[in-house]
Amino acid sequence: MKFSILVNEGPYTHEASDTAYQFVKAALAKGHEIYRIFFYHDGVNNGTRLTVPPQDDRNIVKRWSELAAQHKLDLVVCIAAAQRRGLMDKSEAKRNGKDADNIAPGFRISGLGQLIEAGIQADRLVVFGA
Amino acid sequence: MAKTMLHTVNKSPFDNGTLQTCLKFARQGSTVLLIEDGVYAAARDTTVSKQVQEALKSVSIYALKPDVEARGMQDRVMDGVRLVDYEGFVDLVAQHKAVQSWV
Amino acid sequence: MSEESAGGVAKKFLYVNRKAPYGTIYALESLEVVLIGAAFEQDVSLAFLGDGVYQLVKGQNTKALEVKNFSPTFGALEDYDVTKLYVEEEALQARGLSAADLVVPVQVVSTQRMAEIMEDQDVVLNF
Repeated sequence: MKFSILVNEGPYTHEASDTAYQFVKAALAKGHEIYRIFFYHDGVNNGTRLTVPPQDDRNIVKRWSELAAQHKLDLVVCIAAAQRRGLMDKSEAKRNGKDADNIAPGFRISGLGQLIEAGIQADRLVVFGA
Repeated sequence: MAKTMLHTVNKSPFDNGTLQTCLKFARQGSTVLLIEDGVYAAARDTTVSKQVQEALKSVSIYALKPDVEARGMQDRVMDGVRLVDYEGFVDLVAQHKAVQSWV
Repeated sequence: MSEESAGGVAKKFLYVNRKAPYGTIYALESLEVVLIGAAFEQDVSLAFLGDGVYQLVKGQNTKALEVKNFSPTFGALEDYDVTKLYVEEEALQARGLSAADLVVPVQVVSTQRMAEIMEDQDVVLNF
């Protein structure tokens, strides 16, 4: 089965990103396909490479990047939500006259259309939020 | 048989009306999965236990075991609420027609 | 009966709104999804439950708050062919509201009818 995932909250503050991650891992272990993982609202903050979480706890951003690399997952951060919250890739930073970018490996910035498409193309869309 | 909706609830039932709202809209024969702080609704001997027991007459109720254990509630789960792990969560999603996340 | 769209049968998308406007961003950002999503020609419905009904209240004046008043955007939904707006009757009554207090025409539905509408969906988006 093809799953699409929507993550509506950022790392650590809510459990949403953790639950989504564990769900995705379990779905992959069962041989399912993950069509896309879309990050919206504060969920875009899962895509910043600047987090330095405590050493004795999970590194949420890093493990999303690693899982994406391992399984060729499509991690998409909503451009409108990202702009509001200051999450940039190099081209967005340049386009908006910002002096830095902060996107983590494996994430890409794109439009809300990608979320709708994820809902259309997958067999199931699962929302993780608060 | 036509597939029904899977509802997830991630809020504790004590300070928040989300569980009540979900149960109000969940149709007979559908399934409710308690996750994150929502697992507290699975506990015995609370002020909401009776309502949850009543709900079991019309919907199936599951709780996500990792969330139950994280909160030290594993010895307090009421009869009738089944525990699943993340793979069980995945199975539930696959077995139902769609998911409604009450966030 | 299902609608056809380029690429196949349209799916039933339901956007569930349960949160009041301005206190959090969910109301605004979920509306943004609806607007973008309208271009995909799916079978779209919006449900307003609980405090979500407050999103539709007339007379929102955000000047002193210095935040954007996005309630006029609900009026634009019709132009995007998004016309199925379902409002929970019980939620309106609990808040001393009626359909006349709302900024756009809606279908006020019973809990039972809302539950039927929800059960019928292919994709449910919660914010």
